Amino acid sequence: MAIERILKDDANEEKGERARMASFVGAIAITDLVKTTLGPKGMDKILQSTGRGQEVTVTNDGATILKSLHIDNPAAKVLIDISKVQDDEVGDGTTSVVVLAGELLREAEKLVAAKIHPMTIISGYRMAAECACNALLQRVVDNKDNAVKFKMDLMKIAMTTLSSKILSQDKVYFAQLAVDAVMRLKGSTNLEAIQIIKKPGGSLSDSFLDEGFILDKKIGLGQPKRIENAKILVANTAMDTDKVKIYGARVRVDSMSKVAEIEEAEKEKMREKVQKIIAHGINCFVNRQLIYNFPEELFADAGILAIEHADFDGIERLALVTGGEIASTFDNPESVKLGHCKLIEEIMIGEDKLIHFSGVEIGQACTIVLRGASHHVLDEAERSLHDALCVLSQTVNDTRVVLGAGWPEMVMTKAVDELARQTPGKKSHAIEAFSRALIAIPTIIADNAGLDSADLVAQLRAEHHKKECNAGIDVITGSVGDMAELAISESFKVKQAVLLSATEAAEMILRVDEIITCAPRKREDRM
Amino acid sequence: MALAFDEYGRPFIILKEQDQKTRLRGIEAQKANISAGKAVARILRTSLGPKGMDKILQSPDGDVTITNDGATILEQMDVDNQIAKLMVELSRSQDYEIGDGTTGVVVMAGALLEQAERLLERGIHPIRIAEGYELASRIAVEHLEHISQKFDFGTEDIEPLVQTCMTTLSSKIVNRCKRHLAEISVKAVLSVADLERKDVNLDMIKVEGKVGGKLEDTELIYGITVDKDMSHPQMPKQIEDAKIAILTCPFEPPKPKTKHKVDIDTVEKFQTLRLQEQKYFDDMVQKCKDVGATLVICQWGFDDEANHLLMHRNLPAVRWVGGVELELIAIATGGRIVPRFQELTPEKLGRAGLVRERSFGTTKDKMLYIEHCANSRAVTIFIRGGNKMMIEETKRSIHDALCVARNLIRNNSIVYGGGSTEISCSIAVEAASDKYPGVEQYAIRAFADALDSIPMALAENSGLQPIETLSAVKSQQIKENNPHYGIDCNDVGTNDMRQQDVFETLIGKQQQILLATQVVKMILKIDDVISPSHY
Repeated sequence: MAIERILKDDANEEKGERARMASFVGAIAITDLVKTTLGPKGMDKILQSTGRGQEVTVTNDGATILKSLHIDNPAAKVLIDISKVQDDEVGDGTTSVVVLAGELLREAEKLVAAKIHPMTIISGYRMAAECACNALLQRVVDNKDNAVKFKMDLMKIAMTTLSSKILSQDKVYFAQLAVDAVMRLKGSTNLEAIQIIKKPGGSLSDSFLDEGFILDKKIGLGQPKRIENAKILVANTAMDTDKVKIYGARVRVDSMSKVAEIEEAEKEKMREKVQKIIAHGINCFVNRQLIYNFPEELFADAGILAIEHADFDGIERLALVTGGEIASTFDNPESVKLGHCKLIEEIMIGEDKLIHFSGVEIGQACTIVLRGASHHVLDEAERSLHDALCVLSQTVNDTRVVLGAGWPEMVMTKAVDELARQTPGKKSHAIEAFSRALIAIPTIIADNAGLDSADLVAQLRAEHHKKECNAGIDVITGSVGDMAELAISESFKVKQAVLLSATEAAEMILRVDEIITCAPRKREDRM
Repeated sequence: MALAFDEYGRPFIILKEQDQKTRLRGIEAQKANISAGKAVARILRTSLGPKGMDKILQSPDGDVTITNDGATILEQMDVDNQIAKLMVELSRSQDYEIGDGTTGVVVMAGALLEQAERLLERGIHPIRIAEGYELASRIAVEHLEHISQKFDFGTEDIEPLVQTCMTTLSSKIVNRCKRHLAEISVKAVLSVADLERKDVNLDMIKVEGKVGGKLEDTELIYGITVDKDMSHPQMPKQIEDAKIAILTCPFEPPKPKTKHKVDIDTVEKFQTLRLQEQKYFDDMVQKCKDVGATLVICQWGFDDEANHLLMHRNLPAVRWVGGVELELIAIATGGRIVPRFQELTPEKLGRAGLVRERSFGTTKDKMLYIEHCANSRAVTIFIRGGNKMMIEETKRSIHDALCVARNLIRNNSIVYGGGSTEISCSIAVEAASDKYPGVEQYAIRAFADALDSIPMALAENSGLQPIETLSAVKSQQIKENNPHYGIDCNDVGTNDMRQQDVFETLIGKQQQILLATQVVKMILKIDDVISPSHY
């Protein structure tokens, strides 16, 4: 009866060194897993789901990879979480943030082994992160006032983001596509307004951005396939049997003739509704819900194009594009705002028929049609494009831009190294470690590209000791190049988010000295 | 196990299913209990103080919590031992009552148990120990009162309050921007505090978190945030000088609770019913419009027809707002919650200077801000942070800081932190012990030793030599007769906690000592543990 067990049977407790070791090992394992996807020459991963059909995803998007992992290690879970948040918040840099956090922990492990207290390491890391962030701030370029230059910046950022993805072959084309789409949003970050339609077939370079709006629906039978100067009523209303909504109402009749009468009345009601809708003076009617055959026929008779079952997002976007309001009652036609567009027509993409609205008034929303050889390619292309769109939309709001390809890391390293030399006490070791973790990123990029990383990074370092240097790793030629000339840029906001959340996560894991794992939940409680 | 035997040595059956129970009694039971209590305290010991470490807790479902809040650690620890459960309760009651010092109270209880064990080994009866502890705790509490200081603050001069909150926050992971968070907490508490009655209703402070952004972006909103958006995508996103109708009735045709049937047997009836239905919707919206509302907040859903009518009449609306939030909105805007459309009158509308919708990040995340309310008593603290665990931990830390600020408003006495009060109490108790005749003297002295263990743990966690540091500080206190010397955890260079501005609340400290003593007394009084054996 020396020490009583105080936890439940299957619960587990790990303390001190062992706990720390468990978190380090978990975090570093996750880092090594995604490390190889970093950079323009990063490799992809195949993810096979355990669910039905064992679906396969091919991706090099850090967040997607980590999301599908089933992890038991708590420290690894922290890293997965920061990657998810990075995805939600800025959309790109999901791999970098995990790699940086992992490298910080790897360095911390060495320091802990050298008998430096985790709290000292944390305070050193904090100082270093602040210093690095300031160093980067001094070198940012902000072309907010110069629209042409800013557009060039956006283009560069899009190309940099896309170059590490599957779309890298056509990056100029897709970058242009993404920039155009984001510029249309005019500063809003609501990416919902950009619709991405995936249609297998053709090649990636057949993808295009459509100024107007494409709805993935068919036109009702017998209705006009082409309308010029369309007036559109966007609605969300029941066009089936228009139920009576008063609770408890039911029809009770005593003869067949009465049934017929009621049925007639119902039909009449629908006819009236349709008449009211037609009275708006429209020639196109888009409904979110089903349209039954009977009203459809009525619309066809009136020469109105009726589109049923548009999904909710589609309706919202359509309302946004055409400037109409989403209507559910039709009693006062004069005050309902109708949507307008120059031309509605049915188009064919691949083998599918789609409805195309063009010549719309406000061009906030737009549609990107992606074409590609297979579903996997399309899915990955969508993810890549999504990343690019996210980064661009964030950049429109925060217009600061930095150069890419290891340049920001080197700038930060230089400043952090300087700080380490000036800081007395044990903290300076931690600050130094921070700069080593930063250098790890260009090193990994070079390694992934099959280059001599040691040589390149050393060269880069030397270059950066000159004033106002723009040197970064040119992966294509395998040498150190001028990033301003090569037009490789990144959004400052992404870099800042990577730096801050990685430090925060590393700090969190470092502070832990004990892991208590509860017994896994069971169906039956044993007690 | 057996309770009693007959003359042949056969046990009498007294308890139900006696064979299957295990029994511990006498010194054996006490020792087992003490070791369990100590084990719990040992887990928390390393989390104490500004350099305390965190714990990772993995729940039965695999979710990860990272924290150094004593109450949270113990709550999620899945404890099985009865005595350990008592310690969990202890930390929880400190959390309910004071909100801060949940780790300290457990460490204190652990130290008391450890000292008791030594006394037991010397053959002192547990009840005598308990009595001695009781006496000692009274001395300590009185001494605390003696060394405590009143300090004044007003709604303008919040600096002292901020300093105290900063002491609380400095032991958490958020200490990177403790200044910012402490200011937010103090402002939040002050804006809901009733300074005349010296009471604070913490329910009026809503703590919301959303992942993304950084900790520095955390803000205090004088108003309410609701995690909802406008019911119709085309409704205006910003309303100034809003008059808010707060409804708990749905925009739907009425559903009488009595069972009924509406029979339709003729075409006319069918048509009148139809008209009636349309009129319902029209009336409902018209009523809201008539009283002059410019925003409708509803607890229930809308029919799409009603939704469009609202949109059409230019009446923005929010649906599916939770009951608690609805109440807060009503308090903040000075409106009344209206259960029926018929009861809607202009006086029952709430008022807010600005209502706006804000979106976050790249996903479609929207929040509704209701600001500049008529009655700005309700506030919201909106936390941003790098990841989910960070937000959760920040929430807990803010909760602690809010509690501290509230306690100070209730009772503005403070004592100095950094272990200085414990050392000072320990000296006082030690000095008083000699006056007591009898065995209690030993217990009182043991209590003084136990008090030392908190500064000792602080020094240990800060990487200082525990015994050396403690004895140095103690002698300094006695020599200069100054109870403000404590452990210099942050390596500032001075031991004077007054210079370091490290405060704690008096009631928090008193409560810690009283609660810890009570639990220890309870544990010491147990001499028989009967438990069903594991099978």
